[in-house]
Amino acid sequence: MKKRVLAVLLCVAMTSALLFGCGGSSDDSTGDSGTGESTAADGNAEAGGGTYALITKASGNPYNEKEAAGFEEAVAELGGTAIVKHPEKATAEDQITMINELVAQGVDSIAIAGNDFDALQPALTAAMEKGIKVSSVDSNVNTDSRQTFVNQAGNNEIGQTLMDAVLDISGGEGQWAILSATSQAANQNAWIESMKKVMEDDKYADLELVEVAYGDDEYQKSVDQTQALLQKYPDLKVICAPTTVGIMAAAKVLQDEGLSGTVKLTGLGLPSEMADYIGDDDDHSCPYMYLWNPIDVGYLSAYTSAALVSGDITGAGGETFSAGKLGEYTITEANDGGTEIIVGPPFKFDSSNIDEWKSVY
Amino acid sequence: MATKSGRTIIATKERSWKTRLLRWESFLILIFILVNIMNASISPNYLSVSGLFTATSSFLEKAFIVLPMAYVLILGEIDISVGSTVALSAVIMSIAFGKGVPMGAALIICLLVGACCGLVNGLILTRFTELAPMIVTLGTQILFRGIAEILLGDQASGGLTTVTWFSNLYWGSIGPVPYMFIIFIICAVIFGLVLHKTTYGRRLYAIGSNRIASQYAGVSVQRIRLSVYILTGLFSAVTAIFLAARMGSTRSNIASGYEMEAISMVVLGGISSAGGKGNFPGAIISIFIIGFLRYGLGLINVSSQVMLVIIGALLVIAVMIPNLNLGRYFKRSRKQEA
Amino acid sequence: MEKKFSLKKLAGSREMSLVIVLIILCAFVQFRSGSFLSAKVINDMFKNYSITMLLSLGMMCVLLIGGIDISIGSTIALSGMSMALLMRDSVISGTLTGFVIAVVTGAICGFVVSLVISKGKVPPIIATLGFMNIYRGITYLVSDSQWVAAYQIPETFKDFAQKKYLTFGLINNLITIMIVCYIIFFIVMKWTRTGRKIYAVGSNAEAAEVSGIKLDNIKMLVYTVMGALCGLAGAMWVSVYASAQGDMATSIEMDVIASCVIGGVSLSGGRGSVAGVFLGSLTMAIIGKTLPLIGVSQFWQSAIKGLIIIAAIIINVLAARMLDRNSLKGREM
Repeated sequence: MKKRVLAVLLCVAMTSALLFGCGGSSDDSTGDSGTGESTAADGNAEAGGGTYALITKASGNPYNEKEAAGFEEAVAELGGTAIVKHPEKATAEDQITMINELVAQGVDSIAIAGNDFDALQPALTAAMEKGIKVSSVDSNVNTDSRQTFVNQAGNNEIGQTLMDAVLDISGGEGQWAILSATSQAANQNAWIESMKKVMEDDKYADLELVEVAYGDDEYQKSVDQTQALLQKYPDLKVICAPTTVGIMAAAKVLQDEGLSGTVKLTGLGLPSEMADYIGDDDDHSCPYMYLWNPIDVGYLSAYTSAALVSGDITGAGGETFSAGKLGEYTITEANDGGTEIIVGPPFKFDSSNIDEWKSVY
Repeated sequence: MATKSGRTIIATKERSWKTRLLRWESFLILIFILVNIMNASISPNYLSVSGLFTATSSFLEKAFIVLPMAYVLILGEIDISVGSTVALSAVIMSIAFGKGVPMGAALIICLLVGACCGLVNGLILTRFTELAPMIVTLGTQILFRGIAEILLGDQASGGLTTVTWFSNLYWGSIGPVPYMFIIFIICAVIFGLVLHKTTYGRRLYAIGSNRIASQYAGVSVQRIRLSVYILTGLFSAVTAIFLAARMGSTRSNIASGYEMEAISMVVLGGISSAGGKGNFPGAIISIFIIGFLRYGLGLINVSSQVMLVIIGALLVIAVMIPNLNLGRYFKRSRKQEA
Repeated sequence: MEKKFSLKKLAGSREMSLVIVLIILCAFVQFRSGSFLSAKVINDMFKNYSITMLLSLGMMCVLLIGGIDISIGSTIALSGMSMALLMRDSVISGTLTGFVIAVVTGAICGFVVSLVISKGKVPPIIATLGFMNIYRGITYLVSDSQWVAAYQIPETFKDFAQKKYLTFGLINNLITIMIVCYIIFFIVMKWTRTGRKIYAVGSNAEAAEVSGIKLDNIKMLVYTVMGALCGLAGAMWVSVYASAQGDMATSIEMDVIASCVIGGVSLSGGRGSVAGVFLGSLTMAIIGKTLPLIGVSQFWQSAIKGLIIIAAIIINVLAARMLDRNSLKGREM
């Protein structure tokens, strides 16, 4: 009898220790730049700064981590509190749960990199009805769900830049393929659409797009897809991978198979991951690639949120606001009928600057 | 004569407050109270009635799967295809709606699809009784999601927000109490009553304890197993309905991982995966425990990775503690599982 | 009593039915794509899938004693990531050291799981479900959600997966490791007492215990070995992909279990063989490799994979029934 009571007490003690202990350590286990997640005590809006929240696409992805770091840096400059949430999986359901949690905490703004264009609408409109300013960043959501969109680079610009890269690397003609992420990703599809549109121009008439493969942003799958592409199209000249996971996988496959002399690679990639593969000679599969600075994207997103909260802008086209060290920005019309703010043009990484950038991000 | 089942055959049952107190369910209620105390103390936003009810909305749609999953586990079997069934039923429902089928009929179609998926599982398992449920449902898990992917590809099928009564299924409420909560409680009560008060329920326990003996005792084992799988499919479709109402659109990749969550909740509730024992209220309480724990931790922005560790540890510790040598003194002796 | 080599018996055996299915599969793929049966494609396939094939060995032992382990993905991630982090911070740099560390980490993870299952008497599905989450969470926390990129890993380690020096230039390193493991396991399972004990525990745990086999020891051995194999797989993974991510090897467990089951391992324990597991994982590898090759649309691949798994297990059952019927017939006087 005594042992049973002891057993129950032990369970209670252990469980409470576990729960309380983990509750206390949550501060240092999230985020890397230490500008502070809000603890519950100061979860409400403070008089000086506001509480700005960011929901990324998924956890464990360095791109999202850098974006979050930039966001936190900007919020620190603004004197507010930053809350960053990474869903465990890149799904819309997890993000909806997080939106609800943020609404319950009474944050001032939510910036979200949407995992699904439409599915977040009910949750985000509910947030907006409560007075929370909603903007999307990196991956867009539909016009009813947001006030504006912080776009890392114009879709048309990305399409044009990548098409020109393919044209240049392939020598003007030949077969090429696209290795994308998941088939549902809004940003991926927008860029692919844009590339296809650019390709309609006569300049690209000799280029043939043979396939769009999906690597699901998973390393192994991307490797499998790349190998399948190489197998199916022996005359393939260029692979364009507008996703950081895909380009890294493809680069490695090309170099391992010794094909980096005949098949070249370009796309959007993180310099830190692609450092080994960028070069002008036949040993390196990628002559050059593009990206933008995810830190800047997060930074701008934070300033956008702040401007929305303080009433400086309402998200309509033509408004301007200042974003700290990045300067002045103007809101422009976006392709889907809403508005967007473009961070800047894509940045080119090649053998001359890759060493300098690989340790930055 | 003591048995593995949750009830002894001895006619008189001790109902002293002591045995009630030291049952697994009381232990769970205690954890539940603890979770709430912890949440309330670290988060001032926690204890609002509307907030708490909204919190239930985030986990209750998954909870519908837990109801029949409890039955499955009592049978001693397992069904890991439920997530894919949710996806497939949701996809077909929204495609049907997109083609002009009125919403009400689309709902019926969704339920039918779910039941069919369950039927497929059940048929394979009852025709080939040597097959382990784990592997069959593994195959159907991949298959059903694959069909959903073929149907929708990479598109989303949306527009469900235009039917307001449908959206209200998830987003609407009577006062602070969401409709979903009410529907869930009703279903939970029905499931619990069926399990504990009807012959059907008792037969479930019998099959879970000893399938061959039940067969010889005249229980139509295969038919009951089939019915349980159909039920599981049906309620996966119910989850699909609520999930679609929540998001206003569907894709082929929704509801992944739901099966493991459901199984965790059932097991935490005291229902052993070996079959034949456990009480239903335990499963219900553990739904709320895990749900509120997640919500509370989310309110203080604990990272999802830390949450992973906590939920995993909670599950393992909760199941392990009673077994640590003190198991002999527990009311139900837990037989060693290999 | 004469022992006749009966062709019928061979044909009815489970492994044979698998080989037949495989031959049909290969023929079909070759017909559709024309480039499958080339040395390069087959080499690639083995190289990419050597990890899953390796893990199937460990899973076989786990399934043989009637248990299950769905935490292997997370154990792989944890061991691989820990080793990669140590390499990134230049704490270690040798290839062998890396492998040893990964294997030891994996073995420790497996050992903890085994303790919970044997001493804690937690059902394996629950324990490994919990640890799947725990180890994955720890992986993210340990790596602080960062990845270890290619330039942070020593060249020699990355080369390991591409070179062939273990067999002096004959076969790729990874494939060599896999073959060696298969040989070791084959010998152990067929000709050592430990192997027999594993089968005994799976067939009838109580009888085994009564005959003096220590159940707990066997369980701990099996799960620790599984953990060690996961560690090995983690190191191989990092070498092949030249990077370590927090989400690597998610959902690999289902593929591995499917391989075992297609290979004839029974989920209730006691039945299965190394040869069967080899064939089963080979089947899964072929499916994974060839579906994209013959131009099957991306969206059909899952459905086809599911159908093949279901078909394979049903065929297995039918084959087993036929086998039983045949052997029963043989007893009739």
